Amino acid sequence: MATEFNPQREKVAQSITFDVLEQSKAAGADACEVGASASLGLEVTARLGQPEKLEMTRDQSISVTAFVGQSRGTASTTDLSADAIRKTLEAAVAIARVTAPDPAATLATAEQIIQDIPDLELDHPWHLTPEAALKLAIEVEAAGLSQDKRLTNSDGGSVSSTRGVSVHGTTEGLLVGQASSVHGMSCVLLAEDGDSRERSYAYTQVRHPEQLRAPEWVGQEAARKTLARLNPRKCETAEVPVLFVPEMASGLLSSVISAISGGSLYRKSSYLLDRIDSRILPEWVNLTERPHLRGAMGSSAYDGDGLPTREQRFVVDGVLRQYVLSLYSANRLGLSSTHNAGGVRNLYLQGEMDFAALVKQMHRGLVVTELMGQGVNLVNGDYSRGASGFWVEDGEIQYPVHEVTVASNMDRMMRDDLLLVGSDLDPHRSIASGSMLFQRMMVAGS
Amino acid sequence: MSTPLQTISDTLLAPGGLALDDLGTLVGELAVGEVDFADLFFERAEAESFSLEDGEVKEASFHCDAGVGVRACAGDRQGFAYSSEISAQRIREAAQVAVAIQDGRAPRGGINLDRVSTPRLYAAVNPIPERASQAKIAYLLELDAHARARDPRVIQVQASLTISYREVLVAATDGTLAADVRPLVRLSVSVLAEQNGRRERGSAGLGGRYDLARLMTKAHADTLVQEAVDQALINLDAVDCPAGEMPVVLASGWPGVLLHEAVGHGLEGDFNRKGSSFYSGKIGQQVAARGVTVVDDGTIADRRGSLNIDDEGRPSQRNVLIQDGILVGYMQDKLNARLMGVEPTGNGRRQSYAHLPMPRMTNTFMEAGEVPQAEMIRSVKKGIFAVNFGGGQVDITSGQFVFAASEAYLIENGQVTAPVKGATLIGHGPEVMSAISMIGDDLALDSGIGVCGKDGQSLPVGVGQPSLKVDRLTVGGTA
Repeated sequence: MATEFNPQREKVAQSITFDVLEQSKAAGADACEVGASASLGLEVTARLGQPEKLEMTRDQSISVTAFVGQSRGTASTTDLSADAIRKTLEAAVAIARVTAPDPAATLATAEQIIQDIPDLELDHPWHLTPEAALKLAIEVEAAGLSQDKRLTNSDGGSVSSTRGVSVHGTTEGLLVGQASSVHGMSCVLLAEDGDSRERSYAYTQVRHPEQLRAPEWVGQEAARKTLARLNPRKCETAEVPVLFVPEMASGLLSSVISAISGGSLYRKSSYLLDRIDSRILPEWVNLTERPHLRGAMGSSAYDGDGLPTREQRFVVDGVLRQYVLSLYSANRLGLSSTHNAGGVRNLYLQGEMDFAALVKQMHRGLVVTELMGQGVNLVNGDYSRGASGFWVEDGEIQYPVHEVTVASNMDRMMRDDLLLVGSDLDPHRSIASGSMLFQRMMVAGS
Repeated sequence: MSTPLQTISDTLLAPGGLALDDLGTLVGELAVGEVDFADLFFERAEAESFSLEDGEVKEASFHCDAGVGVRACAGDRQGFAYSSEISAQRIREAAQVAVAIQDGRAPRGGINLDRVSTPRLYAAVNPIPERASQAKIAYLLELDAHARARDPRVIQVQASLTISYREVLVAATDGTLAADVRPLVRLSVSVLAEQNGRRERGSAGLGGRYDLARLMTKAHADTLVQEAVDQALINLDAVDCPAGEMPVVLASGWPGVLLHEAVGHGLEGDFNRKGSSFYSGKIGQQVAARGVTVVDDGTIADRRGSLNIDDEGRPSQRNVLIQDGILVGYMQDKLNARLMGVEPTGNGRRQSYAHLPMPRMTNTFMEAGEVPQAEMIRSVKKGIFAVNFGGGQVDITSGQFVFAASEAYLIENGQVTAPVKGATLIGHGPEVMSAISMIGDDLALDSGIGVCGKDGQSLPVGVGQPSLKVDRLTVGGTA
């Protein structure tokens, strides 16, 4: 079995896509859209110094949306034989013959489609044999376990590497493809101290293997986070300032983006409905997407409709200036596409203070390092989630906290209560924020 | 009528030039060196869905996926690869990757496969072609009209009909040769209601392993519409939920997601074999209040979480996990059972051929007690009555878990009063299970909507419980 990805796969996927589009008219479709993807990956885990898992992933699929008049149907398959593809096309057409017309479902016109595709350097091989990957996974875990004798157990060190291609074509003349890679290392450790048992993790995930953090960092970071959670307490129920670490703050930022995205808006399912040109964040916040950053996690030259992506601002001086729209959601709302089918790409919120300065600034309150459960109601903005982290007094972390909830409302949190954002964001996420300090949230504990 | 094995052999093996008789040789080729167990998992899945929005069904899809997963185990090591093309050549290529988890290459020869006789807990039918697409669309349209007619405050109705069909076949070096045909249907409704500029959502769903004739009834549509609309309207009047520790009365049925999180995951064999669960090494110890008996049962007819055989070819079972407050058993797949020196319990499940099996839950519930729900409510001075929930999550090492109420009420001086906004509830598994002071006489299983996620794999599951009074839970409100 070939263990190295063959970049020729992009040409194969393109030719399959082209063939389906060619056949679609004869199958009864007035128009057609095809997505094809293929990937090859390696995932290994080592636990307690020994190899535990070796997995080769090899995925492929093709998805066909057929239009009959203004009606459409979608079918997909993982079987790329000519017979299976023909049946998939037929299934899509059969569905399009019975669904209701949807005037909002349109394909990008030849004028709208991307013309020149820049190389955004998203595909980088990592020449890694299974043996070398396992050796690295052992190193990752060992770097963590060796930190402290209270680290008594492990869910292992892992290494993964995947390369793939994705091709998109329509009968309006679109035929584009993009190859990309994702490589990563992670570690999950368990610590024990008396009756207290805790787990935590660390990871690094990037497109270019040279951007990876060192295996020692991954293990040591997992060790640091796990040990810090030992012997937690509950804090008292009270309304206090709350500081979200970057990973948790990035989740909040993603929720804001969902709330200004077309799908939530045309379904009237967003607390930010009809809030265009009004302030939704503090005046010092600007949100800009930068889809063309080379080698970045969220980068793409074109969106899910085949329109060219562009650097653009959604929030200026805290005011919502633009929604996040695809062709479809724009049509539903009577607006123009913002070239965001598939979401925003590389959107960062970064401030100037480092984490320690934010803790000092908070003076007293809760640092949230982990959140549990869903608990975000985008319809009305209500927010209530399980949390763990640290209690802060006099600007210093005092002790770990667990089994509490943090609750508020997204609108109030983001517009009125967000005091400061940290400089500490992880640029290898597509939507990333530095730590966020909120003036107040209801913390429920004992 | 042909058996599932014959049917699946025709649909899955024959197109790639394979027959049941070839499987002993192929799986035998994996038995090399230190490999002490290996299996081949063949699967074909079809899924169809229809979505209603704005009073019309404008979106529908059909998905087809087939392939074979090839796994070799040596002690606690697993090598795995898969192919979406089913042929001897592809299986041999995947096998080379799988056996590379250990160094030995010396073959031990073919395997004699014994056909596992499978129970019939659900009909071996494919519900997708059972009805014409037009009939499925018409059913959703009727449901929509019904929901809108129910209350003028309903401004949005979304509904979906999801129909899936799965054929699986397992051949393993322990001699297992087994097959299963699994229908699964689900109907979901979500409505948005508006009043004085405030918008709230309500949702409901039901389903199981049965055909469309049973799913697509007027009674089902009526029930779901009523539940979803009522929930949205109740939430329009909801006041801020209190925050802090207080007594909580949980309704029967879906609130059993409590058990799934507080108990279930922590009793999965892999975590206990590795010693990473809060429940590790606690067999025979008291982990819940007296009177609490928790069961995982994959053998209930037609249920969403039920299985004739698990994904390792082992017939599913009724497994008692906690008996009268005492921990008595874990849920096991073959690998973890072998390593712990116990019998597998029929809980080896995988999302698809492209995923490794793990110990997973089926239908997890608590046995009934004797207390009427009204008595529990009367006993609470100030607390919460939680009727419906969204999902939950657990940290199996610390035992900390959450679940989120989507419909709940205040209890004041023994009376249910105002509805409160949705809130997350948090607690520690064994502590909450020990704080159960009343167990209801009204055991109910959920309506068939559960999805469980673990290690990136999603599976259909069931939950259930009688009404319960928990003396102390932390409620994540804002008031």
